[in-house]
Order: sequence, then C-alpha cells, then structure tokens
Amino acid sequence: MTAAHIAFAAFALITVVSAFVVASHRSIVHSAFGLFFTFFGVAGLYLTLGADFVMAAQILIYVGGIMVLLLFGVMLTPSRRSDFVPARFLRALTLGAIVLVGLLWVLKNAHWATQELASPESTIDEIGRQLLTREQYLLPFEVVSVLLLAALIGAAYLARRRKIVD
Amino acid sequence: MDGIPIHFYLGVSALLFFLGLVTILARRNLVYILLGVELILNAASLNFVTFSRYGGNLDGQIVSIFVIILAAAEAAVALAIVLNIYNVFKNVDVDTPSELKN
Amino acid sequence: MYFDYTNVLIFFLVGIGFVGVNMVVGSLLRPSKPNPEKNSAYECGEDPIGPNRVQFDIRFYTVALIFIIFDVEIAFLFPWANSFQEFKAAGLGGLVFFEVLVFVSILFLGLVYLWAKGDLDWVKSTEAQRRAALAHRRAEEAKETAADSAKSESATELDLTVAAEAGHH
Repeated sequence: MTAAHIAFAAFALITVVSAFVVASHRSIVHSAFGLFFTFFGVAGLYLTLGADFVMAAQILIYVGGIMVLLLFGVMLTPSRRSDFVPARFLRALTLGAIVLVGLLWVLKNAHWATQELASPESTIDEIGRQLLTREQYLLPFEVVSVLLLAALIGAAYLARRRKIVD
Repeated sequence: MDGIPIHFYLGVSALLFFLGLVTILARRNLVYILLGVELILNAASLNFVTFSRYGGNLDGQIVSIFVIILAAAEAAVALAIVLNIYNVFKNVDVDTPSELKN
Repeated sequence: MYFDYTNVLIFFLVGIGFVGVNMVVGSLLRPSKPNPEKNSAYECGEDPIGPNRVQFDIRFYTVALIFIIFDVEIAFLFPWANSFQEFKAAGLGGLVFFEVLVFVSILFLGLVYLWAKGDLDWVKSTEAQRRAALAHRRAEEAKETAADSAKSESATELDLTVAAEAGHH
C-alpha cells in the first residue's frame, strides 16, 4: 500500500461516486454539480497516470469552461418537475449493466501488452514538440482552429435572440 | 503507475461509460443527455491516457486533448440548439422537437 | 514529477479542511432555533412568489460561449509557448511562429464576426432589441391602419382612388 495506491483509490472513488450522483439524482442542479466532481476526479486520475498537461487542460476546459456552460444550460431551461422515473431508471440500469458486463468480460480476458513503466516525466515539452511538427500533429492542430471558429460562429448565431417567425 | 495494474484504470473508465449510458437512457431532459455524453467522453479520454501511459508513447495524451476540445465545441453548439428548442416549445423534452416532422 | 503535485494536493486538502473545520465549529457554537418564517426563502421580507428557478437572460450564455472558445485557444497556446525556445534553438523559430500565427488569426476572424454583430456589446444589444421590438410594433400598427382604411374607404369609388394613390407613395 503506497501513496500511489491511496491516491488512485481516492480519485477513482470521487469519480465513480459523483458520476453515480449525476445518473441518479432527482434534481438537475445536483447532477450538474456531481459532474463537476467527476471532472475533478478524472483530472486526478490523469495526474496519477503522469499526464500533467492533460490534467491542466481538463481543469481549464472542462471544470472552468464546459461546466459553466452546462450550468448556464441548466439555469436557462427551468423545468417544473423532475424527469426522474424510478421504473425507467431501473430499466436503463439493466440495459447498461449488460454493456458493463460485456466490457468487464473483455477487460478480464484480453491480453493487455503493457510495457515496463518508466518513471513519469512532465509531458508538456514533448506534447508541444509533437503538436507543432509537420510529420506529427500539425494538421490536426490547425484544423482545430477551424473547428473552433465554426463552433463559435454557429453557436453565437443560434444563441442570438431574435423574433420567432410563426 | 507504480504497481497499479492497467485493469483498475480501465475498470473506472468502464464504470464511467456505464453511468453515462444510464444517464442518457433514463432521462428525457436534453440537458441531462448532454451530461451523459460528457461522462462518456471522459471515459473514452481516460482510456486513451491509460493506454498512452501503459503503451509507452504520447499519442494517447494528444488524442485525449483533442477529445477535450471536441467536447467544448460540442457542448457550445448543442446547448445553443437546446436553448432554441426551449424558446420555441417551453420545455426540453427529447420528444418535443418531433413536432418538426410534418 | 509527482513531488511537484503533492504541493497542489496539500493545498487542496488544507483548503477543504479549513472550510470543513470552520463549518463544523460554526454549527457547534451557533444557537439553532428554526421556525417556518425563518426557513422560508427571503424576498425582502415578503412572502415568496413563484418558483425559485427563473429563466436567465440568454446573453449570459453568449458570454460563456465566447469565453469557452477562447479558453480552449489559450490551452492550446500553452505547449507552444513552453517549447518555443527549443524550436528557436533548432532554427525553426520562424516556421513555428507562423504556424501559431495561422491558428490565432483564424480564431481572430471569429472575434471580428462577434464584434461586428454586436454580441460583445451588452448595452447596445438591449438597445437593438428594444429598437427591433418598436419597429415591429410600428409595422403591425401601419398594417392594421392600412387594413382599416381599405375597409372603410372601399365604400366610395373616389376614396378608393385616393387609397390607391396613397399605396403608390
């Protein structure tokens, strides 16, 4: 039982418990805040995997950005009643459990060719190199800016308040 | 990482995927379905980073950064559409926009 | 590498612990005498009316949207800034700078679009909305009066020609 095990267990517990709150809570505001803790837990798991830049991106974009956007989505669409129906939830759990059993079966029986693990280094230098080298990820890097431009213009156009033509 | 087998990370990722699937299946509110999609994207991204660590190269981490960015663009556009649906129909049930069919 | 982040972890734990301890101490020390009036939501002393979930203005969403797109841009610029010196030492400084310039200027187009459409302008967009509503109402009124006058004036032929003339103007 090392510090690594404790860290992994704590982050995994936070992730799974808060994801369960997202799936099962009656109030959408509580579910949204549950998602907040899920994102934090996943960021912690990235850190235990030695992916420090991915962790920073997760916290910067998911926790700082997407979470705010989703909370605005929740606040902008108030609905009177909860849409939690226990019968439907149980049916969804059963269907999901079938998929989960399949996944866990694969997990148990597959032969995972893992390497001998080196001690983790900070990955941000190497990521910066790969993102800007033409033979590696330069094209996706530039295409991302077009994607973001399209998302920005499309969403701003959709969100502009205008007269609804009836 | 030190002494933790890959199965643990993949198991957490499978559970996240399962819970996201349950969220999508059990709810009718469009915002809830978006929350479920975010859970599933996180599960996929966690898988990529795990394989990157245990496979010994960085490609998985870069793909997972692209996944995060894709999630941001997706959430922005999807929520704008949801807000428009809310403005027209005054609710966000998944079945309401089927009125668009003639 | 983990050692760098144990600092962050300790920072988090101390932060959470500080809040938790203070809340526990507060709940132990303060008197607790609830009554229904005290427990009701506070609306300047009035009885609360309606649900507490009111619809926010959609312009908050536009601001959050703009924020998240440029947030992603910054996250992408960080690894570039981190390894730029290394590229420069390898003689690729100009090329890498140009690559990032393309990235930033494509997103700058988006900023120009938002600026031109007035999405960045909080006060002006309310003003534009008010003006659009006013113009809409005027158009409706003009249509109604035109319909009314057409109805009343169709009685005599003389008036009809007048209306036709007015229609030309």
